Amino acid sequence: MSDFREGVEAAIPAMRRYARALTRDAELADDLVQDTLVRALRSEHLFHGGDLRSWLYTILTNLNRNRLRSLARRPTITAIDDNDAPDMAGPEAGARDIERALATLVEDQRAALLLVVLEGLTYREVADVQGVPIGTVMSRLARARMQIKAYLDGKRPALRRVK
Amino acid sequence: MIDRNSPVTEDELHAYVDGELPADRRSAVEAWLASHPEQAARVAEWRTQADAIRARYGAVAAQPPSARFDLDKLTRSRRWWRAAAAAVLLATFAAGGAAGWLAHGASVAGPTPFESFTVEALTAHRLYIAEVRHPIEVRAGEQHLLPWLSRRVGTSLRAPELELFSLKLLGGRLLPGPNGPAALFMYEGPTGERYTIYCSREQEPRTALRYSIADQIAAVHWVEAEIGYVVSGPADRERLLRIAQAIYDQMENRPPTRSSDNRLISRRGT
Repeated sequence: MSDFREGVEAAIPAMRRYARALTRDAELADDLVQDTLVRALRSEHLFHGGDLRSWLYTILTNLNRNRLRSLARRPTITAIDDNDAPDMAGPEAGARDIERALATLVEDQRAALLLVVLEGLTYREVADVQGVPIGTVMSRLARARMQIKAYLDGKRPALRRVK
Repeated sequence: MIDRNSPVTEDELHAYVDGELPADRRSAVEAWLASHPEQAARVAEWRTQADAIRARYGAVAAQPPSARFDLDKLTRSRRWWRAAAAAVLLATFAAGGAAGWLAHGASVAGPTPFESFTVEALTAHRLYIAEVRHPIEVRAGEQHLLPWLSRRVGTSLRAPELELFSLKLLGGRLLPGPNGPAALFMYEGPTGERYTIYCSREQEPRTALRYSIADQIAAVHWVEAEIGYVVSGPADRERLLRIAQAIYDQMENRPPTRSSDNRLISRRGT
C-alpha cells in the first residue's frame, strides 16, 4: 500500500470521531467519512505533501458545509409528538447537555472548537482547514465557548449568576 | 471579557487552555490567573467543556473498523461514481447559474405548500435576526403596530407576551408571503438571541404542530383558522417548543372561538 493510502487509513478513526461530533448523528457521520475518503482517493494527485490529516479534515469540513447548505433550502420537518424525548437526569444528561450545547453553535464555530479540543489541531492548522486567518479561528473559539457556557448556564437556572 | 489594559489578553487565555501559549508566557498567565479568580473560573469552565466533549466523543475513534471504509472497495464502489456525478453537477451549476439550479431542483420532489411556507418564514427569520440597526419596521411601543399588521394579513393578530421566557417584543414588519401579506414579530432575549413569529394566510384550514430544523435554526409551524404561524429561533428544541406552546395558547385564546384546547399536550396524550 502506498504511503498516501496508509496515511488515509490511519486517519479514519479520528475522522469518524470528528464527523460524529460535528453532525451528532452516527449514520450521517459515517456517510461524511465515506464521502471524504472517496474524494481524498480521487484527488490524491492534488495532495502535495504537508499534513495529510489536516487535508482530510479540510475535505470533511467542506463536505459538511455543503450538506448544511442544501439542508438550509429544505428543512427536515417532523411531527412534534413523534420524538419528543422526555427530560431525564443522571449521567446521560451530562453527555446530552454538551451535545445539545454543540448543536446551538454556528457551524464554523463548532468546527473550530472540535478541531482544537477534540482533534488536537493547532490554531495554525485549523486556520488552514477553515481557510481563514488565525485571528478568525480565535474569535470562533471564543464565541463557541461563550455560547456553550450560556447554554449550559441556561440549563442550570439555580446556578445562574446575577450580573 | 477582559478589560483592554490587562497584561493578559483574552486570546492568551484561550491559547493557554489549548496549549498554544509560548513557554515564556505560561508562568506569567498562571500568576495573573492566581490573582484573578473570575478569569480563572472562566478558564476552568473552558477546560470542563473540552473534557465533556472528549468524554462524549472520544470513544468513537476506538470503534471497530467498518467495512464501509475499506479503501480498495471504496475505489470500486457506486459512491465513487456518484462523487464524479456530483462534480459534474457542480460544474453545471457554476457554469449555468439558474439553469443548473433548476436542473438540480427538478431531480427532487418539489416542496409541499406547508414546506414552502416554513422556508419563507425561515428565510425572513435568518435575514432579519442578523440586522443590528433595523431588525424591525415598527417598534413594539407604537400603537398602530397590531392594527396595521392585522389589517394587512386579514385577521386579528396579537403579539404574545413572552416575558416568562425573558423575551421582549422588539416590534414587527410586513413581508410578502406565499399566499399574501405576512407579519413578522421579533423578540429578543437577554443574551441577544432572537425569535420571530411569522403569520400569514395558509391554504389549509388547520394542521398539527410541526417542528423543523435547518442549519442551527429551528421552527415550529401550525395552521389555525387558515392562518399559518411559524415560530423560529435558535435550535434548542425544548425551549422552542415551550415558547411555541405559549404563543399558540395566547394566539388561540381570543374570544369567542373554541374552548382553549391545549393541542400540543392533548396530542401527546393520545
